[in-house]
Amino acid sequence: MADLESLSVLLLWTAIAIYALAFTAYAFDLARRSEESSDAKLREAELVASGRTGIIAAASASSSSSDAASPRVMARIGTSLTVLGFVLHLAATLARGIAAGRVPWANNYEFAMTGTLLIMLVYLLVLTRLDLRFLGTFITGLVVVLLGVSAVSFYVIVTPLMDPLKSVWLVIHVFVASLSTAFFALAFALSVTQLMQSRRARLVAEGAEKIGPRFLATLPTADRLEALAYRFATIGFIFWTFTLIAGAIWAQDAWGRYWGFDVKETWTFIIWVLYAGYIHARATRGWRGNPSAWLSIVGFTAVIFNFTIVNVFFKGLHAYSGL
Amino acid sequence: MSSSPSDPQAGSGAAASDPLRPSDHVDGGSAIVQPRLGVTGWLRWGWRQLTSMRTALVLLLILAIAAIPGSLFPQRMADPNGVTQWRADNPDLFPVLDALDLFDVYMSPWFSAIYLLLFISLIGCVIPRIKHHAKALRAQPPRTPVRLARLDDHREVSRESENPDAAASAAVDTAETQLKSLGYRVARFDGRGTYSVSAERGYWRETGNLVFHLALVGVLVTVGVGGGYSYTGQQVIVEETTFVNTLLDYSSIQRGRFVTEEALEPYAITLDSFDVSYVPAGSPGAGQAGDFAANITVRDADGEVWSDAVRVNHPLPVAGDSIYLLGNGYAPTITVRNAEGTVIFRDDVPFLPQDSAMTSLGIVKIADGMPEQLGLQGFFYPTQAELATGAFTSVYPALVNPVLTLNVYEGDLGIDDGTPRSVYVLDTTDMTQLTGGDTGLESIELAPGESADLPNGLGMITFENASPDGSADYENSVKRYASLQIHHDRSAVWVLVFSLLALAGLLLALFVPRRRMWVKATPADGTITLEYAGLARGEDPTLAAAVDDLAAAHGSLLDAQAAASDTAASDTQKVG
Ligand code: HEM
Repeated sequence: MADLESLSVLLLWTAIAIYALAFTAYAFDLARRSEESSDAKLREAELVASGRTGIIAAASASSSSSDAASPRVMARIGTSLTVLGFVLHLAATLARGIAAGRVPWANNYEFAMTGTLLIMLVYLLVLTRLDLRFLGTFITGLVVVLLGVSAVSFYVIVTPLMDPLKSVWLVIHVFVASLSTAFFALAFALSVTQLMQSRRARLVAEGAEKIGPRFLATLPTADRLEALAYRFATIGFIFWTFTLIAGAIWAQDAWGRYWGFDVKETWTFIIWVLYAGYIHARATRGWRGNPSAWLSIVGFTAVIFNFTIVNVFFKGLHAYSGL
Repeated sequence: MSSSPSDPQAGSGAAASDPLRPSDHVDGGSAIVQPRLGVTGWLRWGWRQLTSMRTALVLLLILAIAAIPGSLFPQRMADPNGVTQWRADNPDLFPVLDALDLFDVYMSPWFSAIYLLLFISLIGCVIPRIKHHAKALRAQPPRTPVRLARLDDHREVSRESENPDAAASAAVDTAETQLKSLGYRVARFDGRGTYSVSAERGYWRETGNLVFHLALVGVLVTVGVGGGYSYTGQQVIVEETTFVNTLLDYSSIQRGRFVTEEALEPYAITLDSFDVSYVPAGSPGAGQAGDFAANITVRDADGEVWSDAVRVNHPLPVAGDSIYLLGNGYAPTITVRNAEGTVIFRDDVPFLPQDSAMTSLGIVKIADGMPEQLGLQGFFYPTQAELATGAFTSVYPALVNPVLTLNVYEGDLGIDDGTPRSVYVLDTTDMTQLTGGDTGLESIELAPGESADLPNGLGMITFENASPDGSADYENSVKRYASLQIHHDRSAVWVLVFSLLALAGLLLALFVPRRRMWVKATPADGTITLEYAGLARGEDPTLAAAVDDLAAAHGSLLDAQAAASDTAASDTQKVG
């Protein structure tokens, strides 16, 4: 099965390259959005200057931001490339799983491969219902970095599973954890955009000269972004709650206790509490808006920390990074 | 999305069917008022602070932060050896951090204070909400607002009608049945020339929220109470030996404060054999161990005898306990004779594995039968090889070339004064080393079946070969041991039940949309105006679509009715 294993590596690097191209296309799309929004402003200014009524100016500005006019060519190319990258990424993951004769999520290299695959899957599925292509640069960028780093530093050859990992709970617990990571990632990206958008709104209101990146003008408002972020975070939170429970059931079988504040258990708990805090913040007067967005950002930072630093450097029972 | 800005109730105070929220909730009505003077005033104010959203939020964040140090420092409950090591590495810092409970974070007073406060806040918040919700469950949907058009999600259509008044009333009847079948609770508000139905759904959202928070209390309480009745014992058991589930027989046991001696059922466990397989040399992951199985025979308290295996991930249930396989290793059988040739020690000595090739460390303590007490400290190498430095190591975990090396110490073992000492540690402070190191004498080195003289004519030591007679290789030359954990905790299943309840409550609380719907019909000359409006209570991303669906379905129902009455009318004409 060694040839399947190296095929998987080849496919994965190709996928990374294609995701990188998708990233570029999405970046061009953001640049294009910036131009559009300044074009619109220009036109607005001309119209007003030529003495026509403000009503027309307002109408033209709103039609350009509703983006019916712009076909978003670069965004489309980005998405097509992402789909292509996803197919290769999926093939790489399947090849790895077949080569190993088990689910492909049993060490850090494989967690990264499957986890990022799920991030992409969730992103592409969401795209069929909501136009979140403005997150394309973030998502493809994140996945390129995570995959690149893990292919370089976490790569291990296929070895047989250690006994504690031979459990259906491995399949369930790790898979669901990766799935919630995907939702948290989207929530994170939306929260970051939300903060940029609300900063822009503040600067506009203050009549400031510089109001941040211009592409923001083509994106949804901060409120709308916040509502979307919240929706993804709550789905992620539910999967995370399930991860916690499934992990405890597995720990009960493997280690003889369902909870022992092992390092990894502790971080799973910390992340759960942080997101519970985020959900509360959304419902607390004075915390909705920017402060809650910061909590979503802190929460996702903890998720990434848990996957990288904790897996690699902290000592505990979960010594499955394979490094 | 919450539509509070356009909420027609916002000014006039929330309806009785709205869930009760702490006053600093985004949908909450009144701001926190300054306390009136006086003790009760302040108490009430303090209680209100404690049970506010902000306090809950801040306590949650503090809890998250407080849990971090426990992942940075080794914890006594999870990793006692790590704590010992940390102390040895940082002797000066250790007492300071230990005084701050940084090695027992999750048992510490400060950590407990945080979560107890959080749970007090939770209970204080949830109880009034339960009372309120119990009433809300029986309350009627609120009166239809006068100007529905002020709501964000509002649709309006007109229909022609010969008899507008009757048609308006009938249209609202239809809407009422329609809403009911969609799971809404409905109330009619007719009068002042209009007909309307007010509908509300999503009571499960609040129910789910309350179930979720209460289930968290359930988890905390069952964990707390369950701990008092649970016990966990560890026992090392060598092949062909037996141990009995009594306090006396355990090498270590932690038990809750309500566990009496009689609570342990005295069944006996014999380790018949221990199986393990190793990935062969030369393949990926060579030497990795797997498929561990401790094959045991159990004699129940009532005398019944049966056999089974304990495997990793597959604890064996015995008399309400669960038996886990925690570890394994080699237990070389060692015999020591004194100068007269009398056997003064003979035992299977469990050696602790130090690496994945099972280089193992072991201790023999001989208190009696020699001129002075004797301590032997040694290594066991299942497949011995020599490093470039001349030191020995094991290169493979199975018994290919087993070698036992021992150094001999003479003097005071330090066990006579009754101080408990670990059987795995030799305290050599009051002892003289006789072999190895700087003594000038070689360490004792034995293969299975070999014997060697002890220094100073003290006697002889033998590494017994445990293979059956006539074995060609060393495969079975050394006995193995399993380290078992016997765990008793009946509360675990309840913790699981409450966790799943919490999960179910969460699903309801986050995904059941709570909303109000109104359908209003206003008759006029030859037409009726139908208005549909929806109002979200809490996050509700699908509200607009729901209003559209309602209007469309209502329209087609009315069309169908009209068609039916047309046919009926023409039928009557025919008969007439
Ligand atoms: C162990 C501590 C707590 C945790 C883990 C926790 C977690 C959660 C979660 C996950 C939600 C979202 C689900 C839902 O909307 O029902 C929520 C909502 C809520 N919690 Fe808590 N909670 C805790 C303590 C508290 C306390 C102490 C209060 C009282 C101040 C409280 C009041 C609320 C309220 C009012 C909501 C509804 C928010 C809304 O309207 O969207 N919670 N909580």
